[in-house]
This record gives sequence, C-alpha cells and structure tokens, in this order.
Amino acid sequence: MSDRSASGRASSRWVLGLLPVFLLAGMVALFLRYDPTEPFRAAFPPVEELTVDRVTFPGPGMLRVHVVNGGPQPVTIAQVMVDEAYWQFEIDRDPTLPRLQRATLDVPYPWVEGEPHVIRLVTSTGLTFDHEVAVATESPRPNARYLGTFGLLGLYAGVIPVLLGLLWYPFLSRIDRKWVHFYLSLTVGLLVFLAVDAFEHTLEASALVAEGFASVGLIVVGVMGAILGLRAISGIGRTRGGGNPPSGLTVSYLIALGIGLHNLGEGLAIGAAYSLGEIALGSFLVIGFALHNTTEGLAIVAPVAREKPSLKHLALLGAIAGLPTIAGAWVGGFSYSPLAATFFLALGTGAIVQVVVEVGRLIQRSWPEGLFTPLNAVGMLLGLLIMYGTALMVVA
Amino acid sequence: MGPQRLNRRDWLKLGAAGVAGVSGATLLDLAARGGARGALASVGLLPAAAGHEAPRSAGAPSAHAQEESAGVIGETGPPNGFDPGAFLTDFDYGRVATRADGRTVRRWEIVAVDREIEVAPGVWYPAWTYNGQVPGPTLRCTQGDIVQVEFVNAGSHPHTIHFHGAHPPEMDGVVPLVQPGERFTYEFEAMPFGLHLYHCHTLPLKRHIHKGLYGAFIIDPPRGRAPAREMVMVMNGFDTNFDGDNEVYAVNTAAFYHHQHPIRVGAGDLCRVYLINITEFDPINSFHLHASMFRLFRTGTRLENPELTDTIMMCQGERHVLEFELMYPGMHMFHAHQSEFAELGWMGFFEAVPGLAASEGAPVHEGYGERA
Repeated sequence: MSDRSASGRASSRWVLGLLPVFLLAGMVALFLRYDPTEPFRAAFPPVEELTVDRVTFPGPGMLRVHVVNGGPQPVTIAQVMVDEAYWQFEIDRDPTLPRLQRATLDVPYPWVEGEPHVIRLVTSTGLTFDHEVAVATESPRPNARYLGTFGLLGLYAGVIPVLLGLLWYPFLSRIDRKWVHFYLSLTVGLLVFLAVDAFEHTLEASALVAEGFASVGLIVVGVMGAILGLRAISGIGRTRGGGNPPSGLTVSYLIALGIGLHNLGEGLAIGAAYSLGEIALGSFLVIGFALHNTTEGLAIVAPVAREKPSLKHLALLGAIAGLPTIAGAWVGGFSYSPLAATFFLALGTGAIVQVVVEVGRLIQRSWPEGLFTPLNAVGMLLGLLIMYGTALMVVA
Repeated sequence: MGPQRLNRRDWLKLGAAGVAGVSGATLLDLAARGGARGALASVGLLPAAAGHEAPRSAGAPSAHAQEESAGVIGETGPPNGFDPGAFLTDFDYGRVATRADGRTVRRWEIVAVDREIEVAPGVWYPAWTYNGQVPGPTLRCTQGDIVQVEFVNAGSHPHTIHFHGAHPPEMDGVVPLVQPGERFTYEFEAMPFGLHLYHCHTLPLKRHIHKGLYGAFIIDPPRGRAPAREMVMVMNGFDTNFDGDNEVYAVNTAAFYHHQHPIRVGAGDLCRVYLINITEFDPINSFHLHASMFRLFRTGTRLENPELTDTIMMCQGERHVLEFELMYPGMHMFHAHQSEFAELGWMGFFEAVPGLAASEGAPVHEGYGERA
C-alpha cells in the first residue's frame, strides 16, 4: 500500500519534471508551423557556408577535398575551380549538402609537387569558398613505413624528452627540502606557460572549424571536462586514501596524465604538418620540441622527490606523458580534423590547468611558509622563462 | 615565408588546415602559372610542360585523362532563358514596315526583366536582362533604315538602352532614365554601318552592365557583305559572388558551351563572326583562333584592307567583324588568349566539316537582298 503510493509519488515527480520539456517541445512545434519570421524572409539568397576541412593528395593527378556545410542552410556544390580553372570532379554523395553534412570531392587535377594550389568551390548561387594548400605533397597512407616514421617523430619529440626529464629524480631526491619546493614552483611556472600555450593552439585550431560546430562551446566542454575528470580521479584517490590529501605520487600521475593529454594535441599537429610536407623543413623543429618537452619530465618527478617511487612507477609516468605524442602523430598524419584537434587541445589545456592547481596545493600543504615565498616566486618566474626560451628554439 | 620563419604556431596552423600565410601574390601567381599550364596542355592549347619542369610535376596523367578532366561538370540547360547555340546564329531584323517616303522602318520591343540565369552548369546568377536573355537579342538592320526600339522597363531598377553608333543625343539612352513600369521609344536612322553595341547606361554603370543589360547591334553596309556562315559572339563575364571579379567567362553567357557543343561549319566556307567585348571588371578580353588566321575588320566599318591575324585584343566595349575560312577539316579551338578567362569558361571549338551542306551547321547568310 505505502509502496504503491510511494511509486505514485515518484511517477508524479517525473511528470512534474518533464512538464516544462513537453511545453517547450510544443512551443517549438508551433513556431515551426506558424513561423512568425516568415515575412522577413524575402527572396534573399540563402546564407551559405562551406568549410574545407582539408585537401589531400592521394596520388599524381588527383586531389581530394574534404568539405563540410557549417552553415544554417543546405548548400549545393555546382562547380570546382583549381587555380582559377574550372575542373571536373566527382562527389561521393548528392551535391546538395544539408547542415553539418560532410562530402568528399575527387578532382583529377595535375597538381605539382611542392607548389601551392588554391581550390575554390562554387555553389549553385554563385558564392565561392576558397581553400589554399601551401605546399602540395602526396598524402601519407597508413602503412608500416609511415607508422614507423610518425612513431619515431613522436618518440623524439615526446617520449624520450619526458624520460630524460625523469632522470632528474636522483638529483631532486638528494637536495634540501627548500630547494625541492623551489623546483616544484619552477614546475608551476613551466605548466602555467604550457597551459597558455595550449590554449592559444586550441583557439587557432578552432578558428578553422566550420562555424556550425560551435567550436567555442566545444572548447568549454574540453577544458572543463579535463578539469572535472582529473578532479574526480584525484577525489577517488583521496577517498581510497582515507580522506588524506593526495600523495606526491598521485600528483605525479595527475601531472603525467595532464601532460599526456597535452602531448596528444602536440602529436596531432606534428603528424598533420608532416603529411603536408612541412617536416622536410623542420628536423630542427623536432629538436626544439624535444628541448621544450624535457622540462615536462622535471614537472612530473618534482612532486615525488621526497618519496621513493619504484622504477616501474617512473617508467609508467613517462609512458603516460610521452606515448600520446605518438598516437597523436599517427592520427594527425592520416586523418586530421580541425574539430577533433580543437577538442583534444582543449582537453590538454584543461588538464594542465588542473595539474597547476594540484602542484600548488602540494607545495602549500607541505611547506608552512606557503606557496609564494621569495624563493618559490623566483622558481615560478624561472619556469616561465625556461619555457619561453625553449619556445624560441622551436621557432628555429 | 621561408622555412626559417616558420614558428611553432605557424607549424600548428599548417597542420591544422593546410593553410599557410604565404604571400598572396606569390601564391596566386605560382598557382595560376602552374595550374594554367597543366590545364591548357590538357585540352590541347599549349604543348605539354617543357622539359625542365617535368621533374617537378607530380606524375603525368595520360593526355586523354586530362582532356576529359578540365572544364565544368554537367551542361547549361534550356532554363537559361535562351539556347546559347541558337543565340549564336539568331539575328533579329525586327518588324519591317515601309514609310511613306519609301524608307525601311524596323521596329523592336525590348523589355527589361529581372531573371535568374544559368551561367555555368548548376551556377545561377541573379541577372537583369533585355527580353529575359543575356545577351539581349541581336538587333540587325541596314544602314539608312529607321530604327524604332520601344523599351519597356519591367525590372526593379531604372534602366535605359544606350546605342553605339551615330544618332541625336536625345536618342542616346543616357537620359531619360526609364523608371520601372515606364516605357520609352528610341528612334534614329541606322548609321554608320558596322558592328555596334547596345547596353544600359544607368548609374552605377558597372552594375547595370555586368548584371546582363547588353546586346549586339549590327548595321549592315548598304550593299551587304559576301555570303557567309554568320555568328554573333558577345564576350561576357559574371561576377557570381559579387566581389568585383568574374567567376565565369564565356561568349554568349554559358561557360564552356561551345567546348561541349562545337560549332559546325563547312571546311573552306567563308565564316563571319560578329565579335563584341562587354566583359566587366577586366579591362581587356581577347579572341584567338587555332589552326587558321582571320581577317579583321575593326568595328566592321570598313569592307576592305583587313588585317590578317589569329589573335585580337579588345578593350571593354570594343567590337570587330572577323572573317575566315577553316581550310583543314577537324576541330579548331577558339578562346580568349588570357588563359585564366579560357579556363573559367571562355573556350570553344569550330568543327570544320568537308562538304557540309549550306542548310547544316551555322546558317549561311546570302548577303544583301536576301532579307525583306
């Protein structure tokens, strides 16, 4: 009896909870049925928006255009120009793309290795959407050779530097506590720089995302998702540890995870640049990245300087932070999407922000003088300067 | 942008979109040169890339494959408001009457209407037209005829018809502006003989012309010209995205139309082309004939001493009469010698057919006396 009334109360709760949703749906239906904006919609041409995600070169005499309709209305692709010449093409679907629809166009154009090309899509209303390829080069196919090459690139730029950074552990474990905190502060400086850098890259990638995908919203989801995710993980660690603040090792793992997410985005960029032939210009750049990323290893081991982590833990930390570079390079090299890149870069940004918070707390907990002692402040500033200096090397 | 200038941010950008901040001029220049050469080679305009370029080329698709890949997909359909093939040989002599003093009066009605036209397969352009077509009808008369053009403006903006040639200033079509819903009759004596032009002269002039308000106006010499297969070609362009630059070039509006539908003429027959340049935005256009030379009568105002050439450059509003015979049977290309224009639609073929009957292909005009 009481059970039944309880279930009755539960179902009426559901009705109350869903009522506004139903009313909203009704209003939307009414609006669509008797659209009050109708009189404003004169015979204007539709607002069209086409975005070329990327252009690949599968082989000689053929280029492939990956396009998405990021606008509010359907768009019909009528013709294609390459370098100011109409060229025949094949599209993999109906040429009228509904909102957010993707399509692939094959254009049998005799492109020239190493030279720029401009692709222009002409819609049925005569509007044009351009995409410039700075350097045409045959696109890599996922075979053993390219997987190996990209793997090596990720190894050089991400994994080895992080492992080298970890080798500071013996040094850190032998110095005075005051200086450990100095290096932890330096880590904070490094990470703050990295967070800003990552955010800048996020915004740059998002500028290339088709308008309809609301990339700013995606950035918020990515950044906050990483922060909340890492907080939840550290919360689980705390509950398991009987409510104690996270150990240095836990913080190290969080940092490794955050840096790993960041390096995934970096790997995407490396892979995509390689597939565009830019890497030929830049073995120098890989060295720059390597120097830059070695400091990340320092950031990972600094929290465990006073603990005695096993070699297994250190190796695992290095793997978590470094290996995503390889995965990113693979994905970026073969199928780069500005949308995915924006999301992963945002994720990396949020992760690093959360890691900064965790390291700051670690210092504050274990150091009575607090976070911002003169020595720590110098450490943070030095961290920022080191990152700035190594960033200049990437400029090459 | 040299490699040494490429920074971490640029690198990411490159990765992200394949876009680099390459100097626009350099890029377009390179693209145009590299691209045009390949495409022209593909349709037989130019010899294939010279030897020193070959190693840079990314493979060489077979000539056949290239031949089929240049140009547009699909065809411009009849909804264009007129058939570009029919327009080529369609001369409108008007309604003919004889005045009490014995002079011939030719009367036309021209109506300005707004209309969407198809300028390349599947690409629609919101045009302003004379009689619903771009170019407007080809008006043809003989020197000394009385020309009466009753102009009705059924469009959305004020328009006029400004005729080239000699006439009283009040019949010049600059004033009065004919407002929507109004009409005006232009009347003057046709002179001098030659190939003239008519177009709207309402300000802003550039927009009124590039939107499509123009057509050919032919005044025949009193004794006519020699019988020939006659064609009218109005070189025009369309700025479909309204950025002040043409996206489509053609003769008689439809891009690549005569590339897809070669003009059939008899090998060795006298051919006459009434060629007009009314392209907007680009100061000049040009006409180039393959595998033969043509006799050039500038503005068509002389009947003798033509220049012999195979390429003629024409300013906006310039027009000439071209006469030629295609001695060798087969496909003879013709196109603007600005490669860009050619590849954006302005190219076509004559097909010279041995022994083609006068009733087939581009019609033969028998010269003076044939017409009423």
